[in-house]
Amino acid sequence: MSDAYYEKIARINLSTGEIKAEPLNLELAKKFIGGRGLGTKILYDEGVATVDPLSPENKLVFITGPMTGSNSPSSGRYMVVTKSPLTGMIACANSGGIWGAKLKFAGWDALIVEGVASDWSYLYIEDDRIEILDAREYVGVLSEKFDDLLKAKHGPECSVLNIGPAGEKQVLLSCVMNDKDRAAGRSGTGAVMGSKKLKAIVVKATRKQLDVIADVEALKEANRKCLEIMKANPLTGEGLRALGTASLVNVINGIGALPTRNWQESYCPTADQFSGETLAEKYLVKPGACYHCPIACGRVIKHDDKIVGGPEYEPLWAYGSDCGNDDLYTIDEANRLCNEYGLDAIGVPCTIAAAMELYQNGCIREEDCAGVPLEWGSKEALIEWTRRMGDPQTELDWLMSSGSARLCGHYGHPEFSMSVKKQEIPAYDARAIQGIGINYATANCGAAHVRGYTIAPEVVGIPVQLDRTVTDEKAVWAKTFQDLTAVIDSMGNCLFTSFALGAPEYTALLNAATGTDYTPEQVLEIGERIFNIERMFNKAAGMKPEDDRLPKRLLEEPISNGPSKGMVSQLPLTLPQYYEARGWVNAFPTDETLKRLGLDECVGK
Amino acid sequence: MIEVRFFATLRSGRGKITEVSADEVSTAGDILRRFEIPEEEVHILLINGFHSRPEAAVKDGDIVSLFPPVGGG
Ligand code: SF4
Repeated sequence: MSDAYYEKIARINLSTGEIKAEPLNLELAKKFIGGRGLGTKILYDEGVATVDPLSPENKLVFITGPMTGSNSPSSGRYMVVTKSPLTGMIACANSGGIWGAKLKFAGWDALIVEGVASDWSYLYIEDDRIEILDAREYVGVLSEKFDDLLKAKHGPECSVLNIGPAGEKQVLLSCVMNDKDRAAGRSGTGAVMGSKKLKAIVVKATRKQLDVIADVEALKEANRKCLEIMKANPLTGEGLRALGTASLVNVINGIGALPTRNWQESYCPTADQFSGETLAEKYLVKPGACYHCPIACGRVIKHDDKIVGGPEYEPLWAYGSDCGNDDLYTIDEANRLCNEYGLDAIGVPCTIAAAMELYQNGCIREEDCAGVPLEWGSKEALIEWTRRMGDPQTELDWLMSSGSARLCGHYGHPEFSMSVKKQEIPAYDARAIQGIGINYATANCGAAHVRGYTIAPEVVGIPVQLDRTVTDEKAVWAKTFQDLTAVIDSMGNCLFTSFALGAPEYTALLNAATGTDYTPEQVLEIGERIFNIERMFNKAAGMKPEDDRLPKRLLEEPISNGPSKGMVSQLPLTLPQYYEARGWVNAFPTDETLKRLGLDECVGK
Repeated sequence: MIEVRFFATLRSGRGKITEVSADEVSTAGDILRRFEIPEEEVHILLINGFHSRPEAAVKDGDIVSLFPPVGGG
């Protein structure tokens, strides 16, 4: 073994209690790299696309990449891959911290969890040994306390991945947490874990570093070059450490693309009050970093008397302007509650924003709100409704916790749900930034910013500055970013490294670690293959061409205020261009495209 | 008047917002020089919300926003 894999996957059946170590299929690993790519391929081959996401037949894959735990930059990433109960399509949620690296150090490339336990359980992994232990006493325990309890029991050197009360109750907006404040946040992965009565996975490893690298010297050299480039890059070198992702609040507001009051407006005059600048001034203790990350975009903040993980750009926006709120303390508290209950800190506030628009229009009435009306900017509403969505009791609690698409559908106003494939859209108005809308519409996991972050060229000027308002070439940019992102997610590095690094650098890292001799073009083709197998998973799961769409508001309601006033998304123009660039017809790959990408198993499906 | 907005590290010693008379500057670059901000420190320069360059002309009523390297996701 010297190819950056431990060549071992654990298959854990919670129904039977059987735990098997299976060899990693190396040929597949090379073809799909690992992480997101290999995880999806495994689920596709095992027929998971057609199962009920919350049934014992769904499978949960926790998977590292070849670079996870290596000395390459920002290499603490792993993925949770499963069929999403929120979207009914592929879920591939990425998280950092140190848990993924520890899983790898314990000698496992991936865990495949199947079935359902007879009662609440957790997995305890110590190197080769995997046990299913009783978790009944921990039901209802919030993330932070749970982490402390399990560390007290198994030792401070272990790392804890868990669901909170939201996941236990199979809330569709629940996530998987690890290391207290890191989240595999989107697509309802926590609910799948909850449906299996699996509260947590605790990992302890003797190894402190990988000892399976193909060419240690070559990796050192590739690392050195990457670090040099990252250090010289203004964003990865200093920008993200100084202000975190929160620095975007003022930029995105400055261009008039900060969705406000559930996207009824796109400019918020008081945005500075919940900006990265204000966060740094009022609450920042220090930057925080995941495993082996020189960027350190995380925020460690003082909140009341506690030191906790602070909000990133997304929750700042979503609990901020999107809900008509500009009180930073409330956002910190709501974000903390999302971590504690194990909730998607994008989906939850965006759903509250949609509920506030329903309230504004009289669809949800004051008497429905159990004493906490859903008024724009109500601090009490943001806190209390987050809590209720994390531990739903009433019918409205449950509806809200199922996301904005189901909520707004229930009230006969689907147009108020700012979602794609039932997943809430992140913090960049696609009417003001043409490329990102293509990504929102086509990302296989539902609306996401981290599957093809064209904001880099369209707003931040990396690697070049594009005009955000035009459509020219945006389809090809979206495709290229999506394919490269699939590679990075599958390798186990953080997407943020791509502000500085490009395909040649990732190729050098991958070749050194795994002993391959790919060209950057071949590596991008692997990314394309991964994106296409995800799409074929979705097709098998019942996805329709009309699921690649944006909400009507973005196509038909021009932006009402701010610098981008009057703009709408040009998706009807760019989507056909995108399909053409992909070799797709009507939202799906042609057989010719599948053959070109070596996906013969999908031909004719 | 032209409104000048500073962000992130560019705020230190300059405050958040100020005004410059349109008679005294003709380009965004003039504003940078006026506040002793080296061009390479400005990563994003917006005039009325649109990306611009230091050589771009500015006029009465414009809003000029200056950002150092910032970003994320
Ligand atoms: S850049 Fe941020 S999210 Fe990525 S690994 Fe580093 S600290 Fe974690």
